Amino acid sequence: MKARVALAILLALLAAAPLLAPEYWITLGSYIGLYSLVVLGICLLTGIAGQVSFGQAAFVGLGAYATAWLSTAHGVSPWLGLLAGFAVTGVFALVLGLVTTRLSGHYLPLSTIAWGIALYYLFGNLEFVGGFTGLSGIPTLGILGFELRDTRAYYYLIWLCVFAVLVMIQFLLASRVGRAIRALRGGVVMAESFGVNTRLLKVQVFVFAAVIAALSGWLYAHMQRFVNPTPFGLHVGMEYLFMAVVGGAGYVWGALLGAALITVAKQLLQSLLPDLLGASAQYEIVLFGIAMVLVLHRAREGIWAWVAPRVQHWAHPPAIPTASPLPAHSRAPVAGPLLEVAAARKAFGGLVAVDDVSFEVRSGEIVGLIGPNGAGKSTTFNLITGLLDLTAGDVRFRGEPLSGLPPQRVARLGVSRTFQHVKLLPAMSVLDNVAIGAHLRGDAGFLRCLFHLERGQERSLIAEAAHQLERVGLGPEMHLPAGSLPLGKQRIVEVARALAADPVLLLLDEPAAGLRYKEKRDLAARLAKLRSEGMTILLVEHDMDFVMELTDRLVVLDFGVKLAEGLPDEIQRNPLVLEAYLGGVA
Amino acid sequence: MDFQIAILLTQDGLTNGAIYALMALALVLVFSVTRVVFIPQGEFLAFGALTLATLQTRAVPGTIWLLLVFGAVAFLIDAAAALTRRRPAAVVPAALWNLALPAAIAGLATWLAPLEMPLPASIALTFLLVVPLGPLLYRIVYQPIAEAPVLVLLIVSFAVHLALSGIGLVLFGAEGSRTPAFSEATLEIGFLPLPAQSLWVYGGSMALAGALYAFFGRTLFGKALRATAVNRTGAKLSGIRTAFAGKACFLLAALIGVASGVLIGPLTTIYYDTGFLVGLKGFVGAIIGALASYPVAVAGALFVGLLESFASFYASAYKEVIVFTLIIPVLLWLSLRTPHEEEEE
Repeated sequence: MKARVALAILLALLAAAPLLAPEYWITLGSYIGLYSLVVLGICLLTGIAGQVSFGQAAFVGLGAYATAWLSTAHGVSPWLGLLAGFAVTGVFALVLGLVTTRLSGHYLPLSTIAWGIALYYLFGNLEFVGGFTGLSGIPTLGILGFELRDTRAYYYLIWLCVFAVLVMIQFLLASRVGRAIRALRGGVVMAESFGVNTRLLKVQVFVFAAVIAALSGWLYAHMQRFVNPTPFGLHVGMEYLFMAVVGGAGYVWGALLGAALITVAKQLLQSLLPDLLGASAQYEIVLFGIAMVLVLHRAREGIWAWVAPRVQHWAHPPAIPTASPLPAHSRAPVAGPLLEVAAARKAFGGLVAVDDVSFEVRSGEIVGLIGPNGAGKSTTFNLITGLLDLTAGDVRFRGEPLSGLPPQRVARLGVSRTFQHVKLLPAMSVLDNVAIGAHLRGDAGFLRCLFHLERGQERSLIAEAAHQLERVGLGPEMHLPAGSLPLGKQRIVEVARALAADPVLLLLDEPAAGLRYKEKRDLAARLAKLRSEGMTILLVEHDMDFVMELTDRLVVLDFGVKLAEGLPDEIQRNPLVLEAYLGGVA
Repeated sequence: MDFQIAILLTQDGLTNGAIYALMALALVLVFSVTRVVFIPQGEFLAFGALTLATLQTRAVPGTIWLLLVFGAVAFLIDAAAALTRRRPAAVVPAALWNLALPAAIAGLATWLAPLEMPLPASIALTFLLVVPLGPLLYRIVYQPIAEAPVLVLLIVSFAVHLALSGIGLVLFGAEGSRTPAFSEATLEIGFLPLPAQSLWVYGGSMALAGALYAFFGRTLFGKALRATAVNRTGAKLSGIRTAFAGKACFLLAALIGVASGVLIGPLTTIYYDTGFLVGLKGFVGAIIGALASYPVAVAGALFVGLLESFASFYASAYKEVIVFTLIIPVLLWLSLRTPHEEEEE
């Protein structure tokens, strides 16, 4: 409620400002809006998806130049100019995104630096866009026959765009795609294991941020009615990034705050500093640089990170909706084993971590994979789920080969897993974390999420996540940040997330580690219940009581080799196993 | 284009390429040891050349103020760290390194600057004035956030570049300078005039590259730096002080930067912001070597030099566009060659 009131006051102030403020401040307000658009894109790209771009100013430039050239040289409508700007920017961003998406994170920013410079010199040397002198006489915008001529009209148009984009980003972040985007920063492996196409998503986010920047450029060109290369140079690109970092790159409101603060501060500095220190040098650049270093030293999350916790409790967690059920995997019985690992081998250089291991898992049983540390249990998991490629051998699921399939495809077939080292997104709520598990059970794409056209499906995804949390007994904790739970409960959240994927085969990597005795008993009971409902489970676990009580069969690995296989009772009496575990003392 | 022009362009391209190669070496060095993508590398080149140019006019270079201020800030940080760790004795060496040494260098420069100095003496003084800025910069800016993600270090580097280029304008003004050549001689090889300064550039870069190679391949200290690059935690556990490794490699980077500035200063006019573009062209070279391979980075940088030289003949206005667009096919090639890299913050 409070949040709504605050928002209403902010909107009222923004709307009333042009009626009261002098012309100079209205123009400044328009610029803040133009910068906010670009910075909103950077927040999504950098703060949330973890990619850095220094070249957003160049995208602004493409948007501005596209419409400027088309409308002056060819008399084309600015609205077509906007579409052209989107198209050109989209294509450039797509190319940059595609060539860097497979490389580690610092290549994208480096390529945006290079491309920011290249584009600046290109604008400056192309005769038909006026070289370094630029293009003037760009027409004003007309909307429904109404010509936008004065400063106030542009102010309103710009801020309308800012809030439209802001709402779209909020929609996006609260959606299936948004949860996946938030996983890009620090959760790539996990996201891929639940079917997220992280590379595609990175490129989509980059293109989206670029297109918003182009929108800002289009507005700028028609407001200013003149463009030259200067405002699209690399240093301006840096300034945009600076605005995002100062405001709080992880928060959409931080974008507006950062843009406003830096723009006003820069105006003040540019009018004050020459009086204090002489006009010859750009002292504000030095101050900017130093301030940026200090911010990154002391307050890397930005100002809004300090505001956010004070505002968050204003909003109530949303009620869990009732919704239609999601599609489920076929559980039709298969002839033969559900999972078949045949002479699977994984060598890292000279080290053979998994050495021709074979075993089977049949429908409806719980099989334990045990062995001392370093036996190759987690590597076997990674081979099954596609995180690692087999060196030799074969893994088949329902008779179909999994070898060579990426994790996303394996997940799609109905194999879902938990991780030995918990891979939750700590800042996100438990509910949203679990909803990532259901990623493949929805199909809403980037655009549908942007316009919030996936309402029905989203309700089903959230209802499913909530249902799985209730099922594992974490209902009361679902609105807490996942990072605030104790480690044992985080492991249970991982189980719930895996269940949300509606798996046919569930792989659990040390699910009981870090649990108390009673929690272990509860977990064992829940897994047994899952089995009675037809779930097949393969689990790695060190707690022998837990394993012996729960599993139907055991496979023992040691130094990458299968040592034994059999019923829990047999394994307990197997001399080879005793030797591996106890060093032959027994 | 006739053969002679091609030779001239090649020679020009190789001269610039040699400087880009030095930049690329420094960038690979800094990145592999500290994970810092060191955008301000080129500023050392500009500061070196402009400091030397100022000394040539028998004026005291503004660099002394920068050195003193950097030293004072580093001292404050070191002293505060020493006191919070309850080791007040550590304040003394901090004062010696950060206050006394810069003050001594600044004093020396103030005393020598108005005198008639032979070129080698001016060059030596230039090194003394600018190179210490490297480790001081590491201490002030990077050491406190040494464990931060690569992307944060990268943004910080860009901010440092902004600050340093602004400071460069304050210290050296907007006019460019050229330093005198080491020797005015021009060798005639057949019909080809080869200025001796170009030979200095080739020889200087090769000597520096060779020295770096020997340092990293043959000395224990060099190997320790490499170990830090591979595994910071492991290096720490083996008793390598990562902070010291960082300072050492920033010292080397600054040294390479100043050497480049001194070598290129007589061949082209250097402005306070020249270094940025030179450094970035080194980057394009370094990226060809995936920021990891020294030999490929050098080859890449030489290629950038040649490309630029021929581009300036065919399409002079677009040479920067061409050079920096090169990064796209390079990245495409890299991404097809490398397996998918997983990264977790």
